[in-house]
Amino acid sequence: MNEFLQQVINGLSLGSVYALIALGYTMVYGIVRLINFAHGDIYMIGAFIGFFTTRVLHLSFIPALILSMACASLLGVIIERLAYKPLRHAPRIAILITAIGVSFLIEYSMIWAFSPQPRAYPDLLANYQLQLAGLIITAQQLFILGIAIILMLGLHFLVQKTKSGKAMRAVSYDMDAAALMGINVNSVISFTFAIGSALAGAAGLLVGVYYNRIDPLMGIMPGLKAFVAAVLGGIGIIPGAMVGGIIMGVAESLVSGFLSSTYRDAVAFAILIIILLVKPTGLLGKRSVEKV
Amino acid sequence: MKSKTILIVLLVVVVAVIGIFAAVKRGGGKEEIRIGGNFELTGNVASFGNSTLKGVQLALEQANASGELKKKVVLVQVDNKSDVAEAANMATKLVEQDKVVALVGPVISTNAISAGKVAQSLKVPMISPTATNPVLTEIGEYVFRACFIDDFQGRVMADFAYNQLGSRRAAILFDNGSDYAKGLSKYFKETFTQLGGTIVAEEAYLAGDTEFKPQLTKINAAKADMIYIPGYYQEQGLIARQARQMGINVPLTGGDGWDSSELVNIAGAENLNQIYFTNHYSPDDNSPNVQSFVAAYKEKYNGEVPDALAALGYEGGRLLINAINNADPVTPENIQKALSATKNFPGLGGEFTFDENRNPIKSAVIIELVNGKQVFKTVVQP
Repeated sequence: MNEFLQQVINGLSLGSVYALIALGYTMVYGIVRLINFAHGDIYMIGAFIGFFTTRVLHLSFIPALILSMACASLLGVIIERLAYKPLRHAPRIAILITAIGVSFLIEYSMIWAFSPQPRAYPDLLANYQLQLAGLIITAQQLFILGIAIILMLGLHFLVQKTKSGKAMRAVSYDMDAAALMGINVNSVISFTFAIGSALAGAAGLLVGVYYNRIDPLMGIMPGLKAFVAAVLGGIGIIPGAMVGGIIMGVAESLVSGFLSSTYRDAVAFAILIIILLVKPTGLLGKRSVEKV
Repeated sequence: MKSKTILIVLLVVVVAVIGIFAAVKRGGGKEEIRIGGNFELTGNVASFGNSTLKGVQLALEQANASGELKKKVVLVQVDNKSDVAEAANMATKLVEQDKVVALVGPVISTNAISAGKVAQSLKVPMISPTATNPVLTEIGEYVFRACFIDDFQGRVMADFAYNQLGSRRAAILFDNGSDYAKGLSKYFKETFTQLGGTIVAEEAYLAGDTEFKPQLTKINAAKADMIYIPGYYQEQGLIARQARQMGINVPLTGGDGWDSSELVNIAGAENLNQIYFTNHYSPDDNSPNVQSFVAAYKEKYNGEVPDALAALGYEGGRLLINAINNADPVTPENIQKALSATKNFPGLGGEFTFDENRNPIKSAVIIELVNGKQVFKTVVQP
């Protein structure tokens, strides 16, 4: 039982990272119906910004987090403006392929600029461990979980309680009608990319601090798994992404702990297949009729 | 008119130079023995090749200066560019064009195997100082090596863990994508259980993984008193860090994959304690053989401390020179026989002998990490 709980605790911090990345996928999908495959790479850029602000500029954790989020959101907006906006009325497959292209562009530009060599992060957070009824919880795990929860609550507030959030929900519901009501659709889309990318940037920094290793291709796997998490929770639904991310993280940890770590990735994608077969709208999704 | 004179003068000079060289070469042939050095001097493992070559050159210089050699031995060195096809080409060139009687190099197993096939078919003995893959010496009786093979490292660590660390319940956490790590695990497990220990957990990971807490939690729950981690430093560094963060303070052990200066950056010095790994040699070994080698190497190469590859190069060079000196007359066949017959050779880590598969049965050193610094722990005799 103890081992089971310990594995759940291990999974929670990974799961909250997946959740943060999944939120960006799901928000962008909710607004423009686009799977932004470059999202995992924005997460990677966030990790690298964190690396340079702490290793080179010697900033502490909070300023590094803010800078990572700011740079990542700027990058998200630039990508949207340059790559996706010109294709907004093109067939959906064109914009999807563009997203894959942008992803490769970012990955290999980073390899070209910084070499594929993994880098070690500096120690930013204190290294305590708490013993609780035989369970070991590290301060870093608590910190990651805490930061993720704060960011998710902030997002929930932003979407549900503010005017911009209301505009986002309106555009998500019906883009044309929202435009007719005087909502500036372009700025809402940019805003969505900015928020989603900032969360990915934060996830990148947290993972850098937690695992202490970053490299230019680190975004591929977590990006795909966060996508699975978004689909699992119901793509386009914000609480769904949080739930999906946590489930994915815990499932991976349990599979590594009780079966074998070599099945870990296979299980993640098996979940995707099962969800698509059984409940394609996701755990929290409602059946909806596609508007034509 | 003037240009014609210059041309004629040039021609005369060229002919004269060629003549002189040919004469020297022919004349020299009676005085000296040529061996071929086939090394990775450029390309992606260039640092390995250059270190090894330096060791070989030092061995040669010392042997020629000692006056114990019947004939002077000279090294014809070529660069195989860290390329597997080039390694074979260079072996052919050294034998066919440069008429060497024996070959030393290449450094890494893949290249050594490719060159070894050439050496075997041309019936010229070849010794790779450093290639640890067991397949190399299976090529045939003309191929030798100067280092222990991967399987041996696993056995040595099992023995050390059981007898010195007092471990009885070992866990294995290995890189599932690497033959090196799988080989090490297999022999570690075999020896450890033969000695009477138990393997309480066997967990796998893949190169590039960053999350090891699930496996470590499982290992911790199995109450392991030691974790054997064959693999390479990128993952080992993260494993050490995560294990220590989780309060797992049992010894961590492994093979020469731990030997990297990057390790400290990945794991953090405070997480690198109670770690033991097998290696070929340590410059801190205070045996007289090692210390006189380190001193001579530093003197020749501006104070540079020899790494394990340089030490193996030195060992390989000395082995070959010794065999050449024992061969009479000096022909490739006789050198092969002398090499196979090597017994109780005074190596850096003590005397050693070749087994029937031309692999040296030699000692390994155990290195301990203390706050991330390598400390020489002990020599393990086979």
